[in-house]
Amino acid sequence: MFLEVKNLTKSFEDTHVLKGIDFSLEKGQVLSLIGSSGSGKTTLLRCINALETADGGTIYVDGNKIFDAALLNNKKKSQLKNKLNFGFVFQSFNLFPQYTALENVTLAPIQHIKDECKKNKKSKAECKALIEQAQENARELLCKVGLSDKMDLYPCQLSGGQQQRVSIARALALNPDVLCFDEPTSALDPEITGEVLKIIKELAAENMTMIIVTHEMSFAKDVSDKIIFMDNGVIAEEGTPDKIFGSSTNERLHSFLSSFYGAHKV
Amino acid sequence: MNFLEITLDLLGGFGLTCLLFVLTLLFAIPLGLVLSFCSMSKYKAVKTGSRVYIWIIRGIPLMLLICMIYYLPGLLGKGASFNIFDTIDRYFTSVEGASELLYHGRFCAVLIAFVINYSCYFSEIFRGGIESIPQGQYEAGQVLGLTQGEIFRKIVLKQVIKRILPPMSNEIITLVKDTALANVIAIPEIIRRAKDMAATEALTWPLFYTAVFYLLFVGLVTVLLGYAEKRLSYFKA
Repeated sequence: MFLEVKNLTKSFEDTHVLKGIDFSLEKGQVLSLIGSSGSGKTTLLRCINALETADGGTIYVDGNKIFDAALLNNKKKSQLKNKLNFGFVFQSFNLFPQYTALENVTLAPIQHIKDECKKNKKSKAECKALIEQAQENARELLCKVGLSDKMDLYPCQLSGGQQQRVSIARALALNPDVLCFDEPTSALDPEITGEVLKIIKELAAENMTMIIVTHEMSFAKDVSDKIIFMDNGVIAEEGTPDKIFGSSTNERLHSFLSSFYGAHKV
Repeated sequence: MNFLEITLDLLGGFGLTCLLFVLTLLFAIPLGLVLSFCSMSKYKAVKTGSRVYIWIIRGIPLMLLICMIYYLPGLLGKGASFNIFDTIDRYFTSVEGASELLYHGRFCAVLIAFVINYSCYFSEIFRGGIESIPQGQYEAGQVLGLTQGEIFRKIVLKQVIKRILPPMSNEIITLVKDTALANVIAIPEIIRRAKDMAATEALTWPLFYTAVFYLLFVGLVTVLLGYAEKRLSYFKA
C-alpha cells in the first residue's frame, strides 16, 4: 500500500472528532471523502497534512513512517521522515495576494532551491539554472491548468475558479506524492466549479494519487477509485463508487445520500 | 531680531525636532516589533509581562515619562547629585561640538522616553496587523514546506505592512508634534526657542510661526506615507 493511515484519533478539547481512522490507498488511486458537515472529513485531511497534530495513530507513505503520535509525545520527532509528501489545495484558495499567479507557484520551489544551495554551498550558476528550471516548470503547470495568459496577474485580478487553478498548480509545483483537496469547489459559483473539476479529472487520468473531500456527489462517483463515507468521526462505509452509490446497505449512508439527492431535486 | 534671524533660529530648533523624530522611529520600530512578538508569545509569563508593561507605559503621560526618566535616576541614586544624564552631559561637554548637537544628556533622556513610549504604541499596531492576517496564509506556507521564518518574511510581512500603514501614519504624524514635549526639560527645540523669544525679545508671533514648520514637515511625511501606500495598492489584502 502506498498510503497507510492507522488508528488516527483527534480531539478538540472534549469533542472527539476522529475516533480511530484506518484506511489505505494505492499509488495512482483517487479517494473521495464524503459525509455530512462535522463528520471529521476535513480534520482527517488536515491531520494527514500536519495542519493538525493527531492525538494518536501512525501514517506511512511508501513504507516510510511520516507520522507517529507516540514518537511525537516522546519528542523523538527526528525519527520521522521529514520529506514533503503531500500537496494541499484549500477550500478558500489561500493564494498569496502580493504575488502574481506565476510567483505564487514559484515561491516555494525557489525558496527550497535557495535553502538547498545555502546548505550545500552550491555555485551561483548552478542555483540560477535550478531556479530557471523551476520557473519553466511553473509556467508549464499554469499552462496545464489553462492559465497561460494570466501568469502575471495578481490573485485579486482573477476569478475564483482561476484562483483555485493557480492553487492547484502551486501544489503540483512541489511534485507531491499525494495531492489533497479540501472541498475545492465549495467557495465557487456553480457555473465555474466545472473548470476546477475538469482539472482534477485530468490529474486523475494522469494517475495522480489524490484525496478529495467533496460534496459533489456525481463528481466523486465519476472520478474516484475508492470512496470513504464518514459519520461522526468514524468510517461508516468504504468501497468503490458502485458499492457506495449502489449496493451498500449502510443505513446512515442511505439517509445521507437521499437527503443529498432530495435537496438537489428541490 | 529680524525675520530671517528668527527663522534661522527656529530652524535650528527644528533640526533638533527632526533629529528626535528620526531617531525615535529608528529605535522604536524594531523595538516595537520585538515587543509585539512578546505580547503574542506562547509563553504565558512573557505574554502577560509584556502586556502589563505596555499597559503601564501607555498609561503614563509622555510628558511625565520624560520627567521620570530624566529626574528619577538622580533621586534614586546617591542623593540628587547622582544623575547618569549629567554624566553623559559632562562627557559631551568635553567633546567639542557634540554638546551643541545632542544638547547634553537631556537629549538622551528625552530620546529614551520617546522610544519607550512609541515602541509600545507601535507594538500594538504591529500586533493588530499580524493577528489580522488570515490563518490560511500561514497554513498555505506550511503545506508548501516553508519554515516559520520564511512564512513571516516572504508571505506575511508585506501584507502586514500594507495593513498597518494607515494607523502607523497616524502615529508618526502624532510623533512629529509630540517632539514639542521635549521642552519640559529645556531641550531647545523649536517651541522652546519661540517661548524664549517671547520672554527675552517680547515677540509673541514666532510661537505661532512655528506652526508653519510643523505643517510643512507633516505635509512631507503625509506625501511620503501616501506614496508608500500607493506602492502597495497593487494587491488586496
